[in-house]
Amino acid sequence: MFPLPSAGQGEGEGVTSTLYHEENSMYSDIVTEHFKNPHNAGEMADADGVGDDSNPVCGDTMRLFIKVSDDRIVKASFLTRGCGAAIAASSMTTDMLRGLSLQDAARITNKDVANALGGLPGSKLHCSVLAEGVIRKALEDYHKRSQS
Amino acid sequence: MAKSLIYLDHAATTAVAPRVLEAMLPYFSQVYGNPSSIYSFAQEAHKAVDDSRDKVAKVLGCRPAELIFTSGGSESDNTALKGVAFAASQWGKHIITSSVEHHAVLHTCQYLEKFGFEVTYLPVDRYGMVDPQEVEKAITDQTILVSIMLANNEVGTVQPVSDIAKVIKVKSKQIGHGVSFHTDAVQGAGALDINVDKLGVDLLSLSSHKFYGPKGMGVLYVRRGAPFVPQQAGGAQERYRRAGTENVPGIVGTAVALEIAAGQLESNAAHCRTLRDRLIEGIQSRISHVHLNGHPTRRLANNANFSFEFVEGESILLGLDFEGIAASSGSACTSASLEPSHVLMAMGVPTDTAHGSLRLTVGVDNTEAEIDRVLEVLPGIVERLRALSPMTSSPSR
Repeated sequence: MFPLPSAGQGEGEGVTSTLYHEENSMYSDIVTEHFKNPHNAGEMADADGVGDDSNPVCGDTMRLFIKVSDDRIVKASFLTRGCGAAIAASSMTTDMLRGLSLQDAARITNKDVANALGGLPGSKLHCSVLAEGVIRKALEDYHKRSQS
Repeated sequence: MAKSLIYLDHAATTAVAPRVLEAMLPYFSQVYGNPSSIYSFAQEAHKAVDDSRDKVAKVLGCRPAELIFTSGGSESDNTALKGVAFAASQWGKHIITSSVEHHAVLHTCQYLEKFGFEVTYLPVDRYGMVDPQEVEKAITDQTILVSIMLANNEVGTVQPVSDIAKVIKVKSKQIGHGVSFHTDAVQGAGALDINVDKLGVDLLSLSSHKFYGPKGMGVLYVRRGAPFVPQQAGGAQERYRRAGTENVPGIVGTAVALEIAAGQLESNAAHCRTLRDRLIEGIQSRISHVHLNGHPTRRLANNANFSFEFVEGESILLGLDFEGIAASSGSACTSASLEPSHVLMAMGVPTDTAHGSLRLTVGVDNTEAEIDRVLEVLPGIVERLRALSPMTSSPSR
């Protein structure tokens, strides 16, 4: 009989158990960490600006809340329905915004968010585009509120 | 820290069974002759292919000569549809299929449309079922081929294939020429009876790695007399219907795997059904705003497919992955296209709900303890994601 290195081990038709590690090879460690422990998640009752955006195709939906004092973002939080990349991008965005002047916040691009996350898979770059979208909309909302 | 994997994605692929692997191994480097060669050493490989064909024929209840070994389910589907369409175009250029077929069928239909074939994509009900009466209504004197899957790969709905076959027979007599009936049985094999006469089909596709056989191997059954033009030329293999040196170990593995699957059909289905129902009941009792996708009873024994409102499927998969649980989703975010599952869309599942879908497909090696582990961690994963979701406060239904 032909020698069998591993087949037939264990009982019956049993498959040899496979080991796994607590990381996901599709995403960077930074994305994984922000997905597992998102920063600044939740609604902000006293927000000065709120931005909503969604991708009509993939269905991801983000809401960004900002608190502004002396033309500076002092606090940001988010609510997101989306994939791991969308949640991580939201979390990263709130970190990036904190302490920024309104002018600097307006200059954040989708690439900045993706880079801060240690890169995103090509098919997930649209999540960082969504992050840029909510920043813009939250700033617009703030300016509109402060004018009225 | 390494933990052991809980594999609940058997509709995606399965592990090669130890007995299958054992049967395959000699044909890689010991009995490596080309079955087309004359000398006795190669005839050993030839005999292995013949014996394997006999075994598969026995399970399907067909003649060995009606079988073509292929590179998998996708090739079988492509070859079936193109093979019939181009051979039967003298009688008409109309094809009927359903809107929930695998892309191997749907994209082949789109390809055939470029060659002047007209395709009717039948709707399904909210459980994903095709109505045989809709098939009957769609058949015209131009119809040459109907392709309806045996069971759906995403939601597990089992189609009334033998009823559709009866309708086609009656109609084809009325229109005065044959209408070939193909079924993609890729998900059905190992879970359902795939006897071709009982099903009433003229062509049937199988994929070996769905029933504990090797990847890169499939089977296409073509009933004797069915119109068929080969899609791969260049040799006399498979009776000139599929050129290329045979994948001997793959063919041997396919036959052994199918033989085991057929022999254990009832016991495997019973085992899977118990685990599946434990999952369905457990999830529905522990988590709110969850919908079971697919048919409540006419579904594959191993398939549980849910939609969780307010959350996105990929994020659930990621949460499960960190717990060592492998599952799948029809969510847009798990595909390169970003579009949500065409199956859930065809069933009329609202887009927002479709985005939160999760498919768990159990297998022969899963245990109740593994299911209980899923029931232990999944509610927390969904709850955590819902806490992050802007939609939680405004239920969509």
